Amino acid sequence: MTIEVRNLVKTFGSFKALDGVDLKVDSGELVALLGPSGSGKTTLLRIVAGLDWPDSGEVLINGEDALAQGARERHVGFVFQHYALFRHMTVFENVAFGLRVQPRAVRKDEAAIRARVKELLDLVQLDWLADRYPGQLSGGQRQRIALARALAIEPRILLLDEPFGALDAKVRKELRKWLRALHREISVTSIFVTHDQEEALEVANRVVVMDKGRIEQIGSPDDVYDNPATAFVHGFIGESIVLPVEVANGTVRLGDRPLDLAAGGLAPGASRLFVRRHDMLVGPPGSGAFEGAIRHVRNFGPVQRAEVALSGGQTIEIDAPRDRELRAGDTIGLEPRRYRIFAG
Amino acid sequence: MSAVAARRRTLPGFGLTMGLTLTWLSVIILIPLAGLFLKSLELSPEQFWNILSSRRTLNALRVSFGLAFAAACVNLVMGSIIVWALVRYRFPGRRLFDAIVDVPFALPTAVAGVALTALFAEKGWLGAPLAALGIKVAFTPLGIFVAMIFIGIPFVVRTVQPVLQDLDPGIEEAAGSLGASRWQTIIRVILPSLAPALLTGLALAFARAVGEYGSVIFIAGNLPNVSEIAPLLIVIRLSEFRYADATAIAVVMLVVSFVIIFAVNRLQRWAQSRIPAR
Repeated sequence: MTIEVRNLVKTFGSFKALDGVDLKVDSGELVALLGPSGSGKTTLLRIVAGLDWPDSGEVLINGEDALAQGARERHVGFVFQHYALFRHMTVFENVAFGLRVQPRAVRKDEAAIRARVKELLDLVQLDWLADRYPGQLSGGQRQRIALARALAIEPRILLLDEPFGALDAKVRKELRKWLRALHREISVTSIFVTHDQEEALEVANRVVVMDKGRIEQIGSPDDVYDNPATAFVHGFIGESIVLPVEVANGTVRLGDRPLDLAAGGLAPGASRLFVRRHDMLVGPPGSGAFEGAIRHVRNFGPVQRAEVALSGGQTIEIDAPRDRELRAGDTIGLEPRRYRIFAG
Repeated sequence: MSAVAARRRTLPGFGLTMGLTLTWLSVIILIPLAGLFLKSLELSPEQFWNILSSRRTLNALRVSFGLAFAAACVNLVMGSIIVWALVRYRFPGRRLFDAIVDVPFALPTAVAGVALTALFAEKGWLGAPLAALGIKVAFTPLGIFVAMIFIGIPFVVRTVQPVLQDLDPGIEEAAGSLGASRWQTIIRVILPSLAPALLTGLALAFARAVGEYGSVIFIAGNLPNVSEIAPLLIVIRLSEFRYADATAIAVVMLVVSFVIIFAVNRLQRWAQSRIPAR
């Protein structure tokens, strides 16, 4: 099943939640919508699900006009951030709900419903909780039940709105792996919304980065990390060192100091230099594009993080391997191994 | 309890508040009720039975409990619809309507009785068209029913309103996206979630209607065996200095009310237990 969205616009009062969004999701993909809150990612998901309606634009599910149908007819599985389980029903009845409300003509008989629910509870590895009520489950268990409930109707597509947003860090990480494995197993076309870049990069086949109601970049996880298309993407995904620079006559200047960096055909004017922390290589004083004094050093797992006061006055944080000897007070040279310069 | 255990209690003030609770409940509720039972003991069982099995007493109890229950049921249905409109939709005058719901709480019941009587009398604004249809409201059991609906409605609305407000809108969206029709969503998802609050509202409206006196006696007509409520019969017996008779009827009302409210309370607890706290 494919999903296609064309020129979608949605405003809430004076707030533009979606400002002309185009997106195509291929069959069997697992796509992450990634962006800060207010970027329009949840609105986009809800419009695809039929829980919200756009001001203009088109939504096609498998080539058919989805906007002609309500949420009920779209046959879309939706998983809510806060689970939205039916608290007065057992886990079993929650999962069975979508099967029990089907029109009589197509409804399965009781034995078939039981078999299907059992199958789904096995899939989410929670068959032993069938007789419990949602209030008796942990957050992670509830979200897996919510997923089983959404899958019960054999949805054409699966939409997940911040599925792990309400869970603690450890459970989130477990569920991420689990979701990816589950998707490999059932390979239903899926979109999930998240503001957590790690989650998007780890789980998705393709990442859609959104900001202020627009799509900033669509690409593979490697793509959006290694080749950010815009300053926003570079700043939002991964930790970046950002320095204000001036481009003039094909050279780059930091303050009044010329840097030995290629301007890459950028128009003259104020620009910003983006470098990943681990892409700043440490050398002896005088080597590299920058020079600075180490303020202090702390160990972060496999790397050490040093706060460096540049000779131009700016303070940056860099990551270096643990075996590189760095001491507070040392003067060092810094050379960006990779960098991007964006105008503005 | 040992001194150490007492000191370890995280929430201090148990002794004080429990003492005050017991004293207060005793002075305000238990001692007057005990007096009632003591007074009824002056009657022999045979006398007691004769008073209760008299036709007038039985009819008064039937009118009181029967109509109170019917009125509470009507309030349950209409109150739920009012709550739905007040909580789910934004319309001009919503706050005003919300405030109007409380009027039966505050209005002196005699005023309500007089107003309803004037309205539903044969020449009243509503009474006249109803009379044309052959329906008499004022001075009939139907009038009692109307007065009981009037005084009971805020109990249902105020009990159910906060629960509906807190209901996660996501569960309705979830039901819809799982293929449930609007009707299936209401029957299978929303009503069961509201069940404990609905039962509490029903019990409160019922209890209020059983005990109502002021508004009912104006509109009832107070015809013995037809439109005479039990509380009125008690007052009549008192004015005839037949204190034991009055007490006997009061005891029965008390016991029946308590049994019904206790049963509803158990039912409500059962419904609640199926929805454990998040």
